[in-house]
Amino acid sequence: MLAPTLVASPHAHAPVSIERTMRLVMLALLPATLLGLWQFGWPAIVLFAVTLGAALLFEALALLLAGKPLKPSLLDGSALLTGWLLALTLPPWAPWWIGVVGAFVAIIVGKQVFGGLGQNLFNPAMVARVVLLVSFPLEMTQWVGPQPLFFAQTPGLGDALTISLDGLSAPWDAMSGASILGQVDLALQQGSDLGAAMPTLFPPLGALFGGIPGSLGETSALLLLLGGLFLLRKGVIDWVIPVAVLLGVAVPASLLHLLDPTRFAGPLLHLLAGATLLTAFFIATDPVTSPVSRLGQAVFGAGIGLLIYLIRTFGAYPEGAAFAILLMNAATPMVDHYLKPRIFGRDRRGQALPVAGDAAGERKR
Amino acid sequence: MRLFTIRGGVHPEDRKALSAGRPIEVLPIPKLLHIPLQQHIGAIANPLVQRRQYVAKGERIAHAQGAVSAPIHAPTSGRIVGLGLYPANHPSGLSVRTITLQPDGKDRWHKRIEGVADPFALEPAEIAQRVADAGVVGLGGATFPSAVKLGLGKRYALSTLVINGSECEPYLTCDDQLMREQAEAIVDGARLMARALGVERILFGIEGNKPEALAAVQQATAAFDGVEVVRLPMRYPMGSEKHLVQTLTGKETPARGLTADIGVVVHNPATAFAVYEALRFGQPLVSRVISVTGGAISAPKNLRVLIGTKIEDLVEHCSRFREEPARLIAGGPMMGQPIPELRVPVMKGTNGILALTAAETGRREPAPCIRCGSCVQACPCGLLPLAMAAQVRAGDLDAAVSSGLMDCIGCGSCAYVCPAHLPLVQCFNHAKGELAARGRAKQKQTETKRLAEHRAQRLEAQKRAKREAMAKRKREADLKKQAEAAADSEGAAASTPAAAVEEVETC
Repeated sequence: MLAPTLVASPHAHAPVSIERTMRLVMLALLPATLLGLWQFGWPAIVLFAVTLGAALLFEALALLLAGKPLKPSLLDGSALLTGWLLALTLPPWAPWWIGVVGAFVAIIVGKQVFGGLGQNLFNPAMVARVVLLVSFPLEMTQWVGPQPLFFAQTPGLGDALTISLDGLSAPWDAMSGASILGQVDLALQQGSDLGAAMPTLFPPLGALFGGIPGSLGETSALLLLLGGLFLLRKGVIDWVIPVAVLLGVAVPASLLHLLDPTRFAGPLLHLLAGATLLTAFFIATDPVTSPVSRLGQAVFGAGIGLLIYLIRTFGAYPEGAAFAILLMNAATPMVDHYLKPRIFGRDRRGQALPVAGDAAGERKR
Repeated sequence: MRLFTIRGGVHPEDRKALSAGRPIEVLPIPKLLHIPLQQHIGAIANPLVQRRQYVAKGERIAHAQGAVSAPIHAPTSGRIVGLGLYPANHPSGLSVRTITLQPDGKDRWHKRIEGVADPFALEPAEIAQRVADAGVVGLGGATFPSAVKLGLGKRYALSTLVINGSECEPYLTCDDQLMREQAEAIVDGARLMARALGVERILFGIEGNKPEALAAVQQATAAFDGVEVVRLPMRYPMGSEKHLVQTLTGKETPARGLTADIGVVVHNPATAFAVYEALRFGQPLVSRVISVTGGAISAPKNLRVLIGTKIEDLVEHCSRFREEPARLIAGGPMMGQPIPELRVPVMKGTNGILALTAAETGRREPAPCIRCGSCVQACPCGLLPLAMAAQVRAGDLDAAVSSGLMDCIGCGSCAYVCPAHLPLVQCFNHAKGELAARGRAKQKQTETKRLAEHRAQRLEAQKRAKREAMAKRKREADLKKQAEAAADSEGAAASTPAAAVEEVETC
């Protein structure tokens, strides 16, 4: 007969798990990733594979060093997802070692040093991206336009390995250039009227469907949006952070654009170009590094959106999503401390609610 | 009626279809009944019977001790064959004082059992007294003596009686089925309780997944003013008393308080039915309706069972197990307790027996917390379960208390949604138990200190009394001596005795 089991309630569980969450996020990223890999061809495929493989390898290494069992942690998908997200934010033709160094920084420095899954203060992929951007500015800002697979002029697998091993050299470096946000920045520095320059610089349909220079997984706003909506539908993420991020970008962009359209690009550019959508749905929603209460999440998301806009518009870098994320990650413990939900039967300060008709409010039974 | 929203909560798969709509069957009288003396919150009942004594059905076999307690009655006629320890229907599997009754199969009621022709003519206090005498306790599972709650009208300004027919725990259908079959009796019982409480308004709250029960109660209440049936949204833990009251009235019960603080008293429909039987027929609480269900039970049923029946007998009647259950639970899956072994008895608070398959429990090994905040969104009390769990794990119970540990109702919503499958409820229950133990240790310490001080004072007083007695004796001896000396030397100096007395007094 039954052995007495001393298990606490509840004796039922929602069909959720960390593995499922990670799996669904990767599934949601798949369309945008596949488009990116197709658009940027073999060099991008090599970089993607190297980054993901390195992430898994470093995770395994860290677990071995810590004396933890490999099985549950390595297979929960968290390291794979970190590598995946990092790869999507890299220039598609970046050399292989960018992926490896990035994976090292993300997994070892960004995550395992803090104690592994759930313990890190900063988003590992974003830590890696910022470290790479600051350390290797050249490699991290060489963007190429789409060179889809299976076309005559695109690099084959052999060429891809050369690009990946030696970096961009003739004749491929001729294809590189700045991203849209970089081009907008450049145009402003040259004193162009943004209103006039915009239609050539920023094709909204291109940003929507892909086909513009940019990071590996950030070129198609539509596919990222679809992935994000899928996660919302599946209940993997909550709507608060994405909406707050998007509003945080769109509201200041609209206001300043209304004030001076020649100097400030409109909200559409800021929403569709660059890392905005990837950030809003996939990176800012990282559970580990975002606040836990709804109100806290709203503040966190809005802060990220606003910082993205400010860094893009007034900062030295054309893109600011990674910096914005890290800054708000740092604010998360404080946000969590101050923005707690109100406890049932108590006021915001934690005092028991007064009993009606009892002036002192402290009835003793 | 306008309803108010509550925060948090979860939507577990209700799995009620297994036993919903199955008519209540009366379980045949078993061979032996094991009736525990501790079936209620409060002091354990005191046995009144002896071995080999013959008892009739409904005869009192143990009486209540203290203000919060409940008497226990013979569930059927028969002979007392044992009075000792028997495994309790409690996860610990420890034994409690239990009366063992061997039924004679005649099921003969005690001759003094009779109802009141017009119970509405009784004084409120008289109704409460009869409910107390019938051993009625809260049948939703909390088992708080109902009569104590019916007496709240004396101390609180009450306005409303709420009948909690939400039955928000998955699987359970006993209240649903009772409301379908006995709606009029339940309404009658509820009206009697309202009279005992001195309130005019009765609200029946029933979750929308029980349309038949809603219709039946609606029909039964149609003739009465001030009785309203409310269709509640389906959400766990809608049946949590304070959250139900907030849904219905919009009022929030102050922390650490009772719903009576905001003028509302909540009772379960099965309790209302027991009150009806106690008042109309004078029958004490000797049986109850239980759902025996779960994926591992061959034939899920709703049974009316005598208190003290072994759970094994219920399982037997439901054609035993379809497969070996992964978990056997008394109560619902969200807050129920594991059953240590099949021979433990049914108690007044047992509302369900669940035999769950491994797939139904959804158990997985716990993983690290990823701070996703699902628990925060799910908590109906506005707590931060993940933060509290971290504090408890770090051993910082004081921090957990200031985070609201004592406001946790243990509903399990947090653990239910946790993607890391962390045993959050276990963590909080451990902390609450630890705090209770500390509280007891502290109380013991202060009590010891008080007694020690008391003893020191007493000893000091004794010493002083002894000293004074000695001084008094010495004084008397001296006076006697002086008197003798004075008698010896008549006419000597008169000042000497006074000086001698002074000398004694100063020492």
